[in-house]
Amino acid sequence: MTGVFLGLPTAPRGVGHLRGDRSFPDAARDSLRDGQLRANLGHATATIRGKRAAVVGEVPDWAELREAGRAIKAATMARLDDHLVALEEQVTARGGTVHWARDANEANEIVTRLVQATGADEVVKVKSMATQEIGLNEALEAAGIAAHETDLAELIVQLGEDKPSHILVPAIHKNRAEIREIFLRTMPGVDPGLTDEPRKLAMAARAHLRERFLRARVAISGVNFAVAETGTLSVVESEGNGRMCLTLPQTLITVMGIEKVVPTFRDLEVFLQLLPRSSTGERMNPYTSLWTGVTPGDGPQEFHLVLVDNGRTAVLADDAGRSALHCIRCSACLNVCPVYERAGGHAYGSVYPGPIGAVLSPQLTGVEDNASLPYASSLCGACYDVCPVAIDIPSILVHLRGEHVEAQSRTTPEAVAFRALSTAMSNPRLWRLAQRAAGLGRFLARGRPTLPAVLPPPASKWTRTRDLPTPPKETFTQAWAREHGS
Amino acid sequence: MKVALFATCLVDTMVPQVARATAALLERLGHEVVVPPGQSCCGQMHVNTGYRREAVPIVANHVRAFAGAEAIVAPSGSCVASIHHQQAAVARRAGEHGLADEAAALAGRTYELSQFLVDVLDVTDVGAYYPHRVTYHPTCHSLRLLRVGDRPLQLLRAVRGLDLVELPAADQCCGFGGTFAVKNAETSTAMLTDKMANVLSTHAEVCTAGDASCLMHIGGGLSRLRSGTRTVHLAEILASTEEAVSPDQSTRPAVSA
Repeated sequence: MTGVFLGLPTAPRGVGHLRGDRSFPDAARDSLRDGQLRANLGHATATIRGKRAAVVGEVPDWAELREAGRAIKAATMARLDDHLVALEEQVTARGGTVHWARDANEANEIVTRLVQATGADEVVKVKSMATQEIGLNEALEAAGIAAHETDLAELIVQLGEDKPSHILVPAIHKNRAEIREIFLRTMPGVDPGLTDEPRKLAMAARAHLRERFLRARVAISGVNFAVAETGTLSVVESEGNGRMCLTLPQTLITVMGIEKVVPTFRDLEVFLQLLPRSSTGERMNPYTSLWTGVTPGDGPQEFHLVLVDNGRTAVLADDAGRSALHCIRCSACLNVCPVYERAGGHAYGSVYPGPIGAVLSPQLTGVEDNASLPYASSLCGACYDVCPVAIDIPSILVHLRGEHVEAQSRTTPEAVAFRALSTAMSNPRLWRLAQRAAGLGRFLARGRPTLPAVLPPPASKWTRTRDLPTPPKETFTQAWAREHGS
Repeated sequence: MKVALFATCLVDTMVPQVARATAALLERLGHEVVVPPGQSCCGQMHVNTGYRREAVPIVANHVRAFAGAEAIVAPSGSCVASIHHQQAAVARRAGEHGLADEAAALAGRTYELSQFLVDVLDVTDVGAYYPHRVTYHPTCHSLRLLRVGDRPLQLLRAVRGLDLVELPAADQCCGFGGTFAVKNAETSTAMLTDKMANVLSTHAEVCTAGDASCLMHIGGGLSRLRSGTRTVHLAEILASTEEAVSPDQSTRPAVSA
């Protein structure tokens, strides 16, 4: 063993959906021009924002609940290893089988092997962020197994050969006219007279899905909470399609990120209040499914739990960033984020978009593989205010920017500029000179109140859309010193 | 009270009239204003862009410049928030615990202008006169880091002649975000466009705020569109009186030189 600690492994490249092929500013350039996307997102996020604010506002002890959620998560992470082992013991004792996956590749191999062992060539899926993160559908497809998404929005995304753009509402970027078009084009046997009335669209999806539920022998789910003390797993959803997946097939395979564990059953009391109000803006979600191991003669008779790390232990090792693991995937931060609302989820290039994605994705992959994401925020702080477990997302963003800057082995022009500025700003005499130099910019304005719109980069990045004021002849401190004789 | 004025690097270099107005206002209220000559910057831009190590000497300079000050006031929510939430932390991270303690102590005596007026001086009517239709943009760091709440509005409501109109979706970020405005210029512009649409919907002549940086952003957009609506810092409005309405204020373009 060498004395050099190389760090904990991050999520591997070449598998899963944590890395985009373009930087955030590049991808956002396209989505910002998509008027339909902007309209859909603006409308949808404003609606959910309003609903959330109303149902959170009516809870008198919301601040205490939020603090309880934060505290439970922090305490759980401090002893995550113990809780996971306890969970394994309980699930095993109740007839389930627990598998440990170091990363996306291992998890995909385990799940593929488990499905193959049943002889099935198709599975139904409950919406799951973890399986999207590891690219499970692609891995199954490569093994000749068809994965059918059953969450309505996931189904829309899958049929449209699209990518999810929101944690909770994966098809938030599509409006009902676009959904009707996707259904007409891709759903076998759909009524050609289908209208874009939401009820009609839901009925079409129901007919399509019911057939698959009744046929399926294997289901794959994610998990919202896993209770260590009892081995109980929980999925929270709105449609009931998840309930069908969790109860109808013979075999159930559940994939969970290791951070989803909570110590006791009682902890659900806190999170089942925080989650629906923060996510869908409902007092209570329509379906909360809980299951513990296998119950003979009732529900799936074979149950597997796959625990996935995929970079989470590396996140846990960073004391300034680890609270990103507290996230309960409510998506409240997405809905209030002015950057997300305009650029949309795809611009983040990861299955986790929005503010939480901008901190979680770079941490899971290593910051250099997602280096533009920590900068994809104006640090307005709206995300921190609404987070039900009080994750200080802006501070983690700033921390990751620091990690990125300090990871550069070569000196960038930006670093040269910031170092020079630091030298000037820490030496009053040099600072006065620098200010005087900036003041010379006024000659570019030729007496006008603003500088020319065409300036060399990086100033052009500002002046392309915004005027810059002409610097004054004298700074305030100079004028003050002159007038007050100091 | 003897008040040390921290102009902030941006105001000092680009919009000195904001610091001048702050000084004039505090003097009019009967306080002695000093401007420590060694001051430069709080270090926020370095910290928020990832140059936290390089921010440490800037923090040290700030602490040196304001050593011994009884109360420090800055016309910027963002810089004061950085002094409160970041300075000690970056110093501590760099192992400079002595500096961190000094920075934390200094932060305890540092106030954003509206908080200083309302909480420390206990005044909401500063005797100002400003006969214009004005809308107020609560900047993100004033709102969410400093929690200034409605203090600026209390101050504006007491200004004679001022017609205050509510800004729709006021709590939405204008898209400035420091280097965000350059690194993500297009998203920043999209946010600015919506902010300007809301400002213009009020038919206000003036959009005001407690941060010169956000105002430079909003004002830069309004000026580019030749909208005629201009941005004026809260301190400039509060410094205005019947006797001393600045000759610039009624005719200035959105971006003031």
